[in-house]
Amino acid sequence: MIASRVDARRAVISKVVWSIVGWLVVFVFFFPVLWMWLESFKTEPQAASSPPTILFAPTLAEFQEVLSGDFPPFFINSAIASIGSTLLVLILGLPAAYALSIRPVKRTRDVLFFFISTRFLPFAASLVPLYLLARDLHLLDNIFALVLIYTTINLPLGVWLLRSFLLEIPNDLFEAARVDGAGFFRELTRIVVPLIAPGIAATSLICLIFSWNEFFYAVNFTSSVAATAPIFLVGFISGRGLFYAKLAAAATLASLPVLLAGWIAQKQLIRGLTMGAVK
Amino acid sequence: MTQIPFALTIYYSFFSWNLLKEGSFRFSGLDNYSRLLTDESIRTAIFNTVLLTLSVIAFSVVIGLGVAMLLNSDVFGKGLMRTLMIAPFLIMPTAGALIWKDTLLNPLFGLLPYLLTPFGLSRVDWVNQFPMVTVVAVEVWRWTPFMMLIILAGLQSQNLEILEAAKVDGANAIQTFRRITLPLVRPFIELGALLGSLFVVQTFDSIFMLTYGGPGEDTTNLPFLLYLVAFQGFSIGQASAIGVVAVIITTVVATFALRTLFSIFQVEARR
Repeated sequence: MIASRVDARRAVISKVVWSIVGWLVVFVFFFPVLWMWLESFKTEPQAASSPPTILFAPTLAEFQEVLSGDFPPFFINSAIASIGSTLLVLILGLPAAYALSIRPVKRTRDVLFFFISTRFLPFAASLVPLYLLARDLHLLDNIFALVLIYTTINLPLGVWLLRSFLLEIPNDLFEAARVDGAGFFRELTRIVVPLIAPGIAATSLICLIFSWNEFFYAVNFTSSVAATAPIFLVGFISGRGLFYAKLAAAATLASLPVLLAGWIAQKQLIRGLTMGAVK
Repeated sequence: MTQIPFALTIYYSFFSWNLLKEGSFRFSGLDNYSRLLTDESIRTAIFNTVLLTLSVIAFSVVIGLGVAMLLNSDVFGKGLMRTLMIAPFLIMPTAGALIWKDTLLNPLFGLLPYLLTPFGLSRVDWVNQFPMVTVVAVEVWRWTPFMMLIILAGLQSQNLEILEAAKVDGANAIQTFRRITLPLVRPFIELGALLGSLFVVQTFDSIFMLTYGGPGEDTTNLPFLLYLVAFQGFSIGQASAIGVVAVIITTVVATFALRTLFSIFQVEARR
């Protein structure tokens, strides 16, 4: 009786101690994000003060300035590039994944291996030829060049991921549908798509994260018309004078879509990041 | 679509071609490669790439494992902790790098120099004095959540009965960790480390924003060198040769990554 009470108290103490340790670690990692948010609600003098301003009356002035300035076109370009490429990945990837899982073609494993190996090819391998190609096609500084590039970057991963979800659908379901006389298209829209909705969510999320945050191609293939949100931030590198609050506001806005999407779909995030290996 | 450009990259790597000089396209055999062997910058870049990748992966795996174990134990607010913890990974890398550089590390107005004043480190210009440390720190900040997520998923798939049995058998915490937890999450650690290294090898964003490869060539890695040679120097042939070297290095890593991935899928299939 006494022993168990001692045990219980020890368990509570250990829970409290480990909770404090855990929250400290999490605080350290989350702090730069929190600080970015705090800075974005300050005035420029407050953001660049030493010692740092902790207590202040929050203002939306910098957000207004960023949004009424030249930021929106960059944001829209990012949206076109990432949403456009994600949709293309789904449209092209779903049939391919379907063919590779439910109606296996010959040498499925080799095809899969080839597919996924292209995802691991570093950007450095294809940058120069793609740049020359885009130049010759007059697609430099054109947002559709980025849509196409992001599609090719994400497609292998998309096919692989969608396939891992498709494999979980019991084969009997398809047999039953076929017995009932469902055609290929019906089978796809009525059975496959509803059943792998989480898979489609995971694939979209991963494609969205990679294309929204992508910088290497964006900085080399665009200059002004088609430049995306990360390129807007480059303008702050050489900025002189007071610009921290504006920078923080722009960084907050640029990061918001992916941050929200990732937080909402945490479960899909793990599966997507590990290419379906971890559920 | 991604393999054909690479074939072209190999093709271009045998030519000397400056994009700004009309008609400078000519076959040069292995010139670009022999120049790679003698060029100091490429050796520095390879060294920096390896150093950056190894240290980022090592630190983020160890810290990620620690955080994952904390989040897997009985603590208050696990869900919220996990949510906050993955934020660094989701933040746009260019945005994260700028926040670090300008608002946290800036020697005049940054928060960190201010907090470190009692330790006599108030005027340390981290980005310029310790460029590699800064880049590694920012990348570790970004990749630890990635490792944590994967390892946590591994821990959660652990069979609780085994842990109970170990406790009954009188195993202490360290023994349980070494004999049971570590072997069970090892495949997840391997997967995280390999997938992570494929991304970290390509680090470009934070170097561009934090140090621009400098000072000198102190933080120039292979992707950044390729960028400089191709888009500042316009030497297409030379840049292509660097691209080929980058592919060879990545392929070695990727082969291991794919093997791990396939072995995990096979274990799943056998269940």
